Amino acid sequence: MQKYMFLFRGGDAARAAASPEEMQQHLRKWGTWFRGLGDKFKGGEPLDMTGKVLRGTGKALSDGPFAETKDLVGGYAIVEASSLEDAVEIARGCPIFEHDGILEVRPIREMKM
Amino acid sequence: MTGTPEELVDHLFRHQSGRMVAVLTRIVGPANISLAEDIVQDVLCDALETWKFGRLPENPAAWLMQAARHRAIDLVRRAGRFSALSGELRRHLESQQQLITAIDNLFGESAIDDGVLALAFACCHPDLQPDSQVTIILKYLCGFSVREIAHAFLVSEQTIEKRLTRGRAALKSQIALDLDLGHGLETARLGSVLRAIYLLFNEGYHGANESFPIREELCSEALRLGLLLATRPPFDGPETKALVALLFLHGARLPGRVDEEQYLVTLAEQDRSRWDRDLIQRGLFWLGESAAGDSVSEYHIEAAIAAHHVVAPSVEGTDWGEIRTLYAALAQLRPSPVIALNHAIAAGMADGPSAGLAALNSIGGKERLQAYPFFHAALAEFQGRLGDLSAARRSLDRAIAAARNPRERVLLQDRRLALGENS
Repeated sequence: MQKYMFLFRGGDAARAAASPEEMQQHLRKWGTWFRGLGDKFKGGEPLDMTGKVLRGTGKALSDGPFAETKDLVGGYAIVEASSLEDAVEIARGCPIFEHDGILEVRPIREMKM
Repeated sequence: MTGTPEELVDHLFRHQSGRMVAVLTRIVGPANISLAEDIVQDVLCDALETWKFGRLPENPAAWLMQAARHRAIDLVRRAGRFSALSGELRRHLESQQQLITAIDNLFGESAIDDGVLALAFACCHPDLQPDSQVTIILKYLCGFSVREIAHAFLVSEQTIEKRLTRGRAALKSQIALDLDLGHGLETARLGSVLRAIYLLFNEGYHGANESFPIREELCSEALRLGLLLATRPPFDGPETKALVALLFLHGARLPGRVDEEQYLVTLAEQDRSRWDRDLIQRGLFWLGESAAGDSVSEYHIEAAIAAHHVVAPSVEGTDWGEIRTLYAALAQLRPSPVIALNHAIAAGMADGPSAGLAALNSIGGKERLQAYPFFHAALAEFQGRLGDLSAARRSLDRAIAAARNPRERVLLQDRRLALGENS
């Protein structure tokens, strides 16, 4: 089994127009999706949209992630899958797409002997 | 951490949204209700982001309320001489600490309920038509979106927007949301609030949209507001309790109800075992509670009629004589052709089909019932019982022609089929 990093981006803009009931239904789908991962879920957390960014050789410090809201990383999860295709298949079920979000699937490099 | 998002109480977001909007509106003033809504939207978005990875806080409802409280305090801190404060809070402006204490008090558990009631009273402003009152209650107190309200009433979103614009204008004319009992305003307006709750329930019970979940939700919203009033002096008078009894007793029949519009038509076919026994008990309890004082309201009479139906073992075993008397009393309080029709039906059920036909034919203003399919259906019922099948068929044909929607048409066509073809 190989580990993959799921980076959840965006999915915000459309949500602003959602009613409370729709938000709760959307939340429920997330819960179902994560529960469905079962043992394949190896951890992950939602990220706050604030923070600091350090940049370049000068370590220039600035506020917040600067990406546009639709590209902002809102959370990450580490998921086990048998192949990249398998990981993509798992990603397809994610509710983030209901709100036009982006899910980036990246294999985690392993120390091979 | 407990629970997963699937285990959240149904409609938690929607219900808490109404409570948060109410408290925040008390803080920023009715003129700024849109600001209160924006804050609530932010709080719910935050909750969604934080909880969507599958874990919930210990008490999600309290988490939301705390988040709203923090945002209210932030707002006040950021703008010390905040122009958007309600009159109620403005007197605390000299000291920020006092202001924060005042805000904390508004977020107390019973203060939240008071906030909800205060907003309900504000929504029932006398300048507003009842449909606008109900619309802004659904929007602000019940957390429905414009699209959802439009869907429930089967009207366009523009219609709902127009009602909301009028509603916000009426809210703006009120300086503060205050349950200041000294003003007497709230008790003076209690009748309108009860009427709005009644209409909200009826929209769910008889309303235009056939989608059952939506209709059921409107009914439970009405019940929620009604119960809040019935347990909060000084609004907990006999009339309020009678309304709550009525809502429980009607609500009890929701599960067994298929499509009925008129009890004579399908009451007989309802599976009484599916009626909700618990709701019946609670309805009867509140009906008992409402029997105080010497005034009898429409709600008392309607609740008593509903009680007779829910305790009866069958249509035949129903105390129609008593129901006829109650409808006569209701017609005195609220004269209408439909109530007169119900009175005539009860008379026919109590005294036999000839008496029923006579009563139907002597309804004053029955011309207005010609377009009402169940007037003809009632005629057909009694004509059929008298053995005059051809008259019954003609009446049902008229009823079918008057049907206002496919559901009614199907119902009446079934009855027509049962009478067979013209000979």
